[in-house]
Amino acid sequence: MSQESGHYYVPAPSMYPIIGSTAVLFMGSGAALTMNKIELGYGLLGIGFAILIYMLFGWFGTVARESESGKYGEQVDLSFRWGMGWFIFTEVMFFCAFFGALFYMRNLSIPWLIDESTVLGNEFWSSYDGTWPTAGPGVHEAFTPMGAWGLPAFNTLLLLTSGVTVTIAHWRLKENRRDGLKLWLLATIALGALFIGCQAYEYVHAYNDLNLKMTTGAYGSTFFMLTGFHGFHVTIGTIMLIVIYFRSAAGHFTPEHHFGFEGVAWYWHFVDVVWLGLFIFVYLM
Amino acid sequence: MAAVHGDAHGHDDHHPSGIMRWVTTTNHKDIGTMYLWFSFTMFLIGGFLAMGIRAELYQPGIQILQPELFNQFTTLHGLIMVFGAIMPAFVGFANWQVPLMIGAPDMAFARMNNWSFWLLPVAGTLLVSSFFVPGGAAAGGWTFYPPLSTQGGLGVDLMIFAVHILGASSIMGSINIITTILNMRAPGMTLMKMPMFVWTWLITAYLLVLVMPVLAGVVTMLLTDRHFGTSFFNAAGGGDPVMFQHIFWFFGHPEVYIMILPAFGIVSEIIPTFARKPLFGYSSMVYATASIAILSCVVWAHHMFTAGMPTVGQLFFMYATMLIAVPTGVKVFNWTATMWRGSMTFETPMLFAIGFIFLFVIGGFSGVICAIVPIDIQVQDTYYVIAHFHYVLVSGALFSLFAGVYYWLPKWTGNMYNETLGKWHFWLSMFFFNLTFFVQHFLGLAGMPRRIPDYNLQFADFNMVSSIGAFGFGLTQLLFLYIVISCIRSGEKSPEKPWDGATTLEWTHLPCPAPYHSFEKPPIVK
Repeated sequence: MSQESGHYYVPAPSMYPIIGSTAVLFMGSGAALTMNKIELGYGLLGIGFAILIYMLFGWFGTVARESESGKYGEQVDLSFRWGMGWFIFTEVMFFCAFFGALFYMRNLSIPWLIDESTVLGNEFWSSYDGTWPTAGPGVHEAFTPMGAWGLPAFNTLLLLTSGVTVTIAHWRLKENRRDGLKLWLLATIALGALFIGCQAYEYVHAYNDLNLKMTTGAYGSTFFMLTGFHGFHVTIGTIMLIVIYFRSAAGHFTPEHHFGFEGVAWYWHFVDVVWLGLFIFVYLM
Repeated sequence: MAAVHGDAHGHDDHHPSGIMRWVTTTNHKDIGTMYLWFSFTMFLIGGFLAMGIRAELYQPGIQILQPELFNQFTTLHGLIMVFGAIMPAFVGFANWQVPLMIGAPDMAFARMNNWSFWLLPVAGTLLVSSFFVPGGAAAGGWTFYPPLSTQGGLGVDLMIFAVHILGASSIMGSINIITTILNMRAPGMTLMKMPMFVWTWLITAYLLVLVMPVLAGVVTMLLTDRHFGTSFFNAAGGGDPVMFQHIFWFFGHPEVYIMILPAFGIVSEIIPTFARKPLFGYSSMVYATASIAILSCVVWAHHMFTAGMPTVGQLFFMYATMLIAVPTGVKVFNWTATMWRGSMTFETPMLFAIGFIFLFVIGGFSGVICAIVPIDIQVQDTYYVIAHFHYVLVSGALFSLFAGVYYWLPKWTGNMYNETLGKWHFWLSMFFFNLTFFVQHFLGLAGMPRRIPDYNLQFADFNMVSSIGAFGFGLTQLLFLYIVISCIRSGEKSPEKPWDGATTLEWTHLPCPAPYHSFEKPPIVK
């Protein structure tokens, strides 16, 4: 235990948590109303998001200022590491739920539907062949599944490259070469943004040309849920990269003390690894 | 570093007064207090719903609640008690006790700690307000299985978002607890010297980060099935409603251990104190807790034996479930062995702890019975199951919470509670609890189904007994409220160390009440 353990930084009372909770109250009730097509919901949702953005700027701004003024000792730094690590673990488990759903449908429940030894396979769905990708026995609209070797393969290349560029940025930071740091961060941001653009294009393509929609049964559900949440996480990650780009430009981080940077880099590697899972299990197989 | 130190704590010492103190606080004791009061409020709301359910079941026929409203009552009773009362109460204990017991100045993430708490009233508001929207609250049971939950109106959506928010709160709380325990122990406090309550919470927090995100995932799929046309739980689209049950119970079974492991921890603190002997088999207690947690992740489908699964699946989940009785038995043995030849006294915390062991073992055994597939097929969805899980959740989790409150009230408030009234609270709770739930075993074995507002005449007598017990149990908890308030306001001043057998840091190193800031200089643990 370090000798600083008696001086663990305990922040002063703060308004940001209650502001965040207010945002969540507006967003939760707003989203529930919106989904039931009640006009009031859109307004509440908008207000909620606005408050949330205000809270995020204020809270993270405070943390950045506290960090830059040297309030965080080694022990606080270690707390951040544990905290971020376990947060990423929870994100992994969140994706596990969706990967689990994909696995269950493909390998268990759909084969059971066509199993001729059961009532289901024999009588209810006897005209259904159950080969993946499928929209299920009750959805009769034809669709084309998303191929793996066009845009998705290019996207894989983009994200893998961005994992390299963010690592080079980290090396430059540790060597205290600030221009290199900013340059490689910008490259990472550009790759992330390009990935999001490609995903958006892919969605338009799916809806317009392939007739592949969220309503396209089991395949459409898992395809859009997994790629959608991944794309959402890439968007969050890109915003985080932009934030640390501006912090780097403002002279934040030192070669020894830069967990703000490392936390974002960990997160970026996490979205990268999830994408590899997606590429294999959603697109390839 | 000294300047920094002054800066941080200088602010705290002039913390805002009045309501703003509670809204903005970063102090683990303030936040723990708010958790406890919030959970008690939700306990009363959930208890009100339980009273409604028992009032309707007092006699056969439909008297008070129409079936639609009855279903909303059972659903929200479960959700509010699990997510609003029991879980936040244990997090409140963790907030108060973990820093005190490991010699830390506060929780690792003090501001986030505040947010974990203040998300709860938001979620509670969404849940409770769902009663008043068109269509009413969710009515498909606290497990919200589709297709019932893919039907339903605005109330179901409010519930889904409430679950999301509660999940976020739990995840932040558990990450905070893990980090605090791993990174902020006083010098010399090695992992295997930690008090058992801290150990059980560390393992509970791991379970939370493992399964809460999965719950978030499954309610998200439910939401998109409801509003965005996906087919996760719709067989016509290739989905499967049984898949919901698998994913839900992957969360749901560890969840029941999330609600009982900290209870084990509290009881493991209290029994040695009042037996005036160290805990018997400390390290076997740690390993047993970890084994229970690991096993709890591979037994989920015992909740769905009748939903249809391959025989090999039924066998696996049956044997894995029964295996949990082994580490649990180790714990019960250790508690009993701790009391063996101890110089015991029976103050209220000890009474509740012994009551816990006695009744929890009954609940544990009925759990083993339910795990046996052929028996489960008989008792599935009957009052036998209701009796089983109320024996583990009420006389298990809730009794341990009462025990813990009585045990630590002198530390929290500096005042003693009224011992006579405390003992009355215990004996009345004990009597009425068994009156309510013991007869439900018979009702279940005779075939009375759960979640139905009316029943066959043959069940009438036992239902009346059960309802009388429930009303008595509910009223008894108002006595508890009175005891706590009068302890805070006008209780006798507590001695510096009211329990002479207590050995943990909060009793040996801190005065009563614990000062607003404790352990700014960490104690040295030998």
